Amino acid sequence: MIANYGYKDGSGEYYISIDTDKCIDCTAARACLTACPKNMFEIITDDYDDEVAWVKKESTRTLAYSCAECKPAGGYTSLPCITACTPGAIKHSW
Amino acid sequence: MNAEVAAASVAEAAPEKKEFWRWQENTVWDENKDWRDAKIITCGIDVGSVSSQAVLVCDGELYGYNSMRTGNNSPDSARNALQGIMDKIGMKLEDINYVVGTGYGRVNVPFAHKAITEIACHARGANYMGGNKVRTILDMGGQDCKAIHCDEKGKVTNFLMNDKCAAGTGRGMEVISDLMQIPIAELGPRSFDVDVEPEAVSSICVVFAKSEALGLLKAGYTKNKVIAAYCQAMAERVVSLLERIGVEEGFFITGGIAKNPGVVKRIERILGIKQVETKIDSQIAGALGAALFGYTLMQKQAKAA
Amino acid sequence: MITAGIDMGSRSVKVVLLEEIKVDGAPQLNYAVKKAHLMMPGDIDADQAAEKAFTEALAAAGVSRDQVKSVFATGAGRKQVEFATEGVTEMTAGARGAVYMYPQARTVVDVGAEEGRGIKTDSDGKAIDFAGNEKCAAGAGSFAEAMSRALQLTLKEFGEASLRSDKSIPMNAQCTVFAESEVVSLIHSATPKEDIAKAVLDAVASRVCAMVRRVGIEGNVVLIGGMVHNPGFVQSLKNAMDVDQVLLPELPEFVSALGCALIAAERQH
Repeated sequence: MIANYGYKDGSGEYYISIDTDKCIDCTAARACLTACPKNMFEIITDDYDDEVAWVKKESTRTLAYSCAECKPAGGYTSLPCITACTPGAIKHSW
Repeated sequence: MNAEVAAASVAEAAPEKKEFWRWQENTVWDENKDWRDAKIITCGIDVGSVSSQAVLVCDGELYGYNSMRTGNNSPDSARNALQGIMDKIGMKLEDINYVVGTGYGRVNVPFAHKAITEIACHARGANYMGGNKVRTILDMGGQDCKAIHCDEKGKVTNFLMNDKCAAGTGRGMEVISDLMQIPIAELGPRSFDVDVEPEAVSSICVVFAKSEALGLLKAGYTKNKVIAAYCQAMAERVVSLLERIGVEEGFFITGGIAKNPGVVKRIERILGIKQVETKIDSQIAGALGAALFGYTLMQKQAKAA
Repeated sequence: MITAGIDMGSRSVKVVLLEEIKVDGAPQLNYAVKKAHLMMPGDIDADQAAEKAFTEALAAAGVSRDQVKSVFATGAGRKQVEFATEGVTEMTAGARGAVYMYPQARTVVDVGAEEGRGIKTDSDGKAIDFAGNEKCAAGAGSFAEAMSRALQLTLKEFGEASLRSDKSIPMNAQCTVFAESEVVSLIHSATPKEDIAKAVLDAVASRVCAMVRRVGIEGNVVLIGGMVHNPGFVQSLKNAMDVDQVLLPELPEFVSALGCALIAAERQH
């Protein structure tokens, strides 16, 4: 399952998507949890009883701002969450 | 701030005013069947931000439901929704084998055995209502909008949700119904009673859409034409959300707005695709899915025993 | 030489007539604002409003139309100003005007009725980067306006009330429409008006601040746009941005029009 967390508003579309099939048997020891400086990821048991990461509810409506530190306007080459997730489950839409 | 905007907002605050946004609450059940004949009775309770539904499923088949406005607190709303139908059919809580809570207030359903997200429940409900060919589900809820892809079993394969703002939600529709002083159920039909289809108002923000709508009225547009412009904006908004996950054949709309042809027909027009028809009330999709999840769990338990 | 800058905002038209002053021996050019004129469009069309505002500004300044060498327009409705020679973005105009008034400013925060944005600028007043929330009422003045209506206060009373509160009530809603329900429930729970006013202005400020953080807060911060008139908002913004000082221009809603007129003048050279 591809789970998209985020929103779309007047300034753009901001979604972090998690491919839960790549997340279920995490081979990166859940590195996303500590990689994110804002601690936005959390492991939950989803509706199909799989243990997967999601973006915490309180962060989903403020993604563009919460991620601003890792994504400075001046440009960036890599993101901590995507780098840490070696199975490649995490993607950013913007 | 112009005077008309001020007048409209004062009118909003007046409690004695007629509530144009208020939609029909209803209780429906299959009178040709008796729930006492069922082996397994499961219940799904969807406590949404605006409406709450209780759905009863007998042996995996929809039996009846009750749909009402969500009250001030989730536990009471859940209880009232279920009580509303149980009283009419002579059922007691003990008669129900399993209760699944879903929706915004799902964790606050005191008598639920399990809570499942509305995403999974809507997909499951849509799979039942529209059949196993349903692949793309658009749920326009009271305060959010969801786009879901599912497989032939109703299992979610891709989803997104927008609950950050009121654009593309039922709340957005209530705003225009109040502004126009027209009952919410009449908005859809009226939106087609226009000489030419107007351009959409802002599809991004309800607040701006509302002030644009006022501007159009002042510019001499008929109410119907303003409603058409607003419905088009709502349609454009949800289509732009759908684009992120894409639309596949087997398109199905759930939630209260599915009852508004003014938005639905315009979505179909933009997408160039017709939605799968159903005779079941679109507002119960989440609660129905929850009850069906309950039924599956009961079957699993029976097998394991 | 006289140039004009016209800022076609969503609610009002701002006109600045700028005169270049020759000072003998001065190392650089000097300008003086000949006339600043503000008009609410009210019942007339946007294009008519621009024409009317411009005519009125000219009359008030005692300047004839052919004395104006060049007219530049900015703002959401800048394309509707038919007599403008060129249009510039709100970012370009805002940064230019703000740095002209405060040469040390590097971060420009622009909060008007319907739009809010953060702009990063260089020492020449050239916009380097910006982040905004266009077409969403939540990060702009209309959010505060809607909430002040719910509290039955004027915008001025609303801002002043906020200053009397030292409470921090967080608002969950990111959307004006949803926030309205939150405010209503705060009213029902008998929360003092000043605390609600502060909660609302804190919410707008935190949204604006988050936008500015996307471009980075650097050097001196200047706030432009109509929200400068709301002292409660200014205080909330200072808290949110964690800065001691926010520079507040005297005619905040004219800064972009001024920037526009300056750019028009510079292009003449």
